[in-house]
Amino acid sequence: MASSMIGSRVERTEDKKFITGKGRYTADITLHGQTYAFFIRSPHARAKIKKVDISKALAAPGVVTILTGQDIIKDKIGGLIAGWKIVSKDGTDMKLPAHPPLAHDQVNYVGDHVAVVIAESLEEARNAAELVNVDYKVLTAVVNTASAMSSEAIYEGIDKNLCFDWELGDKAKTEEAFAKADRIVHLKLNNNRLVPNAMEPRASIGEYNSSTDDLTLYTTSQNPHLTRLVISAFNGVHPEHKFRVVAPDVGGGFGSKIYPYAEDVVIAYAAKKIGRPVKWVCERTDSFLSDCHGRDHITEAELAVRKDGIVTGLRVNTIANLGGYGSLFATVTPTYLYAPLIVGLYNIPAAYCNVKAVFTNTAPVDAYRGAGRPEATYLIERIMDQAANEMGMDRAEFRKKNFITAFPHQQCLVHNIDSGDYHAHFNKALELADYKGFAKRKADSAAKGKLRGIGFSTYIEACGIAPSSVVMSIGAGVGLWESAEVRFNATGNISVFTGAHSHGQGHATTFAQIVADKLGVPMANIDLVHGDTDKGPFGMGTYGSRSLAVGGSAISKACDKIIDKGKRVAAHMLESTPEQIDFKDGEFIVRNSNKKKTIGEIAFACYLPGTYGEVKSPLPAGVEPGLKETAFYDPINFSFPSGSHVCEVEIDQDTGVTKVVKYSCVDDFGTLINPMIVEGQVHGGLAQGIGQALYENAYYDETGQLVTASYMDYAMPRADHFPEFKIEYTCTPATSNPLGVKGCGEAGAIASPPAVMNAVIDAIGTDISMPATSEKVWQALRTKVKSAKKAA
Amino acid sequence: MKSVTLEVNGKKVTKTIEDHLLLSSFIREQLNLTGTHVGCDTSQCGACVVHVDGKSVKSCTLLAADIDGSAVTTIEGLSTNGTLHPMQAAFKKHHGLQCGFCTPGMIMSSVDLLNNNKNPSDAEIREWLEGNICRCTGYQNIVAAVKEAAQNS
Repeated sequence: MASSMIGSRVERTEDKKFITGKGRYTADITLHGQTYAFFIRSPHARAKIKKVDISKALAAPGVVTILTGQDIIKDKIGGLIAGWKIVSKDGTDMKLPAHPPLAHDQVNYVGDHVAVVIAESLEEARNAAELVNVDYKVLTAVVNTASAMSSEAIYEGIDKNLCFDWELGDKAKTEEAFAKADRIVHLKLNNNRLVPNAMEPRASIGEYNSSTDDLTLYTTSQNPHLTRLVISAFNGVHPEHKFRVVAPDVGGGFGSKIYPYAEDVVIAYAAKKIGRPVKWVCERTDSFLSDCHGRDHITEAELAVRKDGIVTGLRVNTIANLGGYGSLFATVTPTYLYAPLIVGLYNIPAAYCNVKAVFTNTAPVDAYRGAGRPEATYLIERIMDQAANEMGMDRAEFRKKNFITAFPHQQCLVHNIDSGDYHAHFNKALELADYKGFAKRKADSAAKGKLRGIGFSTYIEACGIAPSSVVMSIGAGVGLWESAEVRFNATGNISVFTGAHSHGQGHATTFAQIVADKLGVPMANIDLVHGDTDKGPFGMGTYGSRSLAVGGSAISKACDKIIDKGKRVAAHMLESTPEQIDFKDGEFIVRNSNKKKTIGEIAFACYLPGTYGEVKSPLPAGVEPGLKETAFYDPINFSFPSGSHVCEVEIDQDTGVTKVVKYSCVDDFGTLINPMIVEGQVHGGLAQGIGQALYENAYYDETGQLVTASYMDYAMPRADHFPEFKIEYTCTPATSNPLGVKGCGEAGAIASPPAVMNAVIDAIGTDISMPATSEKVWQALRTKVKSAKKAA
Repeated sequence: MKSVTLEVNGKKVTKTIEDHLLLSSFIREQLNLTGTHVGCDTSQCGACVVHVDGKSVKSCTLLAADIDGSAVTTIEGLSTNGTLHPMQAAFKKHHGLQCGFCTPGMIMSSVDLLNNNKNPSDAEIREWLEGNICRCTGYQNIVAAVKEAAQNS
């Protein structure tokens, strides 16, 4: 049974609670004597706080306390941090403004945190908040990404609102490639700002026991250990060993729940200060205002091409909007997670990327599904189309000419790509999409008066963040490993502890499949424990498609250690030697004999080392009792999933409405543990990427008000926006981890925006920016008709 | 304040409540049935869908005091004697959920669809679920689950 677990479509073990309404999300938790928090947020994008008058509100019914920025100063609560230092090309460190969890001096975006009212009921907290009088001196807001550097400085000491001016690549070599190029292709692109919109709004509950000095924070986190570390070490709220962070069921993250937010810090601090539980649940509009947003790049790219269609160089200048502050992963997202992948899966010998990261008076921007890789893929796949079109070449053939074909492949930028077969998935995708039949389908659409277009996108991403040796060699401050503990209980069942966190990814199932496969124990006897800092070892959390490649590998390593110890114990019990013991399907067998012990018997003997027949103690000399092993796994390299996606759109010329009518993709995620879960990840990623391409846009007006701050105004993709996606795979196993897995969580969101946009542009024959809303498409078609008439 | 009697998941409950208490808050806070979720504040997301007198409604759009005497079914009341409702079983079989937050509302809406249309097409399923937002699944496996449940009901 064991070996069949890998690659098996096992139904999810975690589903029952969710389909019966028994999930336990943070907002579902009610603690005895709890109070309710309501945050007062800045209505202005940029303003000085002259005075916060809480006197009237303090006297309002039910109010327990009100905390402001002055309390934060008085109690020495530290600011929120940006975790990755970036060094500018002139050698200077990135510049960051202070980011207090409650502002005391200046507010820097609409939704910025000013004070928190804590009361006996939410209604009383909300009513009292109306009585807090904040005297603001409103300042001019800096909103626009493109003009941020030429606008008034938001912060003293941060010239041009520039956090850093960073570069990657061999500039001279790239200039040389451009000097020799037969053709230089230019493209200007936006990568629209998105709101992650996990369906569960953020929430936190703090609980403090003054007699034991134990502080607990229940929170909607992808990353409970890091939340505990940051709130202990940097915000200084409570020492780590007396602080427990629990992330129970979490309703989606997509990046937005990686970071401890101001609310988490304040709720933990407030619970400790008042000695009663404090509960805060975000409302959706506040989520729009204060969850970290994603993307928001403006890019100019140039491609150097030989007349035979071989790409020889890529030059990229990007301005990345960081929003009002530097969020935890904000600085690494538009640098190390972005620039190394701008060359895509093409063999481009020279590339150079300059990234200027700017502050604006908008919500902080940080990692959102794909984090840097969608931006890289969008630019390379758009400019590859542009180049093929300008040179009159078939867009599919142009791509094929430039694919990397030999592995390992050392890119011109950073990565050493271990494995892949790009022709294989591209050809398979063309077949799946019936590229040959496109002309007929286009004619059929035309007969109905509709425009039809086809778009390709190929991608490579670097997953399994982050191998210390690689990332530290390119200037990152820390690497990111993962931990696991595999603990047999005496009765032979297993508790598996992981530092990864599942908020939809199905770890309880996939990780149990790995253990079942390795140890030959039925799935039903394996329980996965995660999301509670009091239970498992320190972990780094879930993001960057890392959980299986890094966390799953840690579990695999821990299982290896269990088998190793089991062999020693079994050898002793069976009067053999460890070298003579084989382990297969849950049994330790003396080679060429029928003498064996099950792993359950070994576990029992390890915990209850009595007399076993002739053997006085089952434990050989020097072997400790118990059967549990911990592993910390730091991968040797990133993993590099890749794939080819083909999108077909049909456009109504009268309304500009674009419909994705066909979507086919072939991905190489290496080994698949549970193909059913993988498919689900791809579907979800595609929906988000198609959403970015056609619908979603976080839009701030010129004063810094977020116009799209509810589901009435922000276009969330719905069921009737999509066709049935066709999904297939190729497989070149990763060599950087023992499971051969590459990561699948973000691929759909990375690959689909350029596939859709290339299809839209193919259909309408003119450039258009994301999102290609019906209005924009309609305008583009009208402009085209007008200019055609003019020309005639 | 008003006294309200409802039959919730087959059991009669009488509570004295504020006139302006939303049905969603009543279910979650007064009855502790936390399977009904609240995902937005504009009645768009559909995570709070329950059945009132057999019809699916967004429980954040109703005042509990306004439906005195009605029968309410929440996600907790859908399975009978520990047996999953065919829609619940189909969601599990087809991986129609990931984080699970939209799932209760999605299932309650889908059950009502089949009450109205025993054999819906893909397009009809997608159109019916327009009022339920899922950020995880891309909807494809939800559609597959509803089709399966239609066959099994």
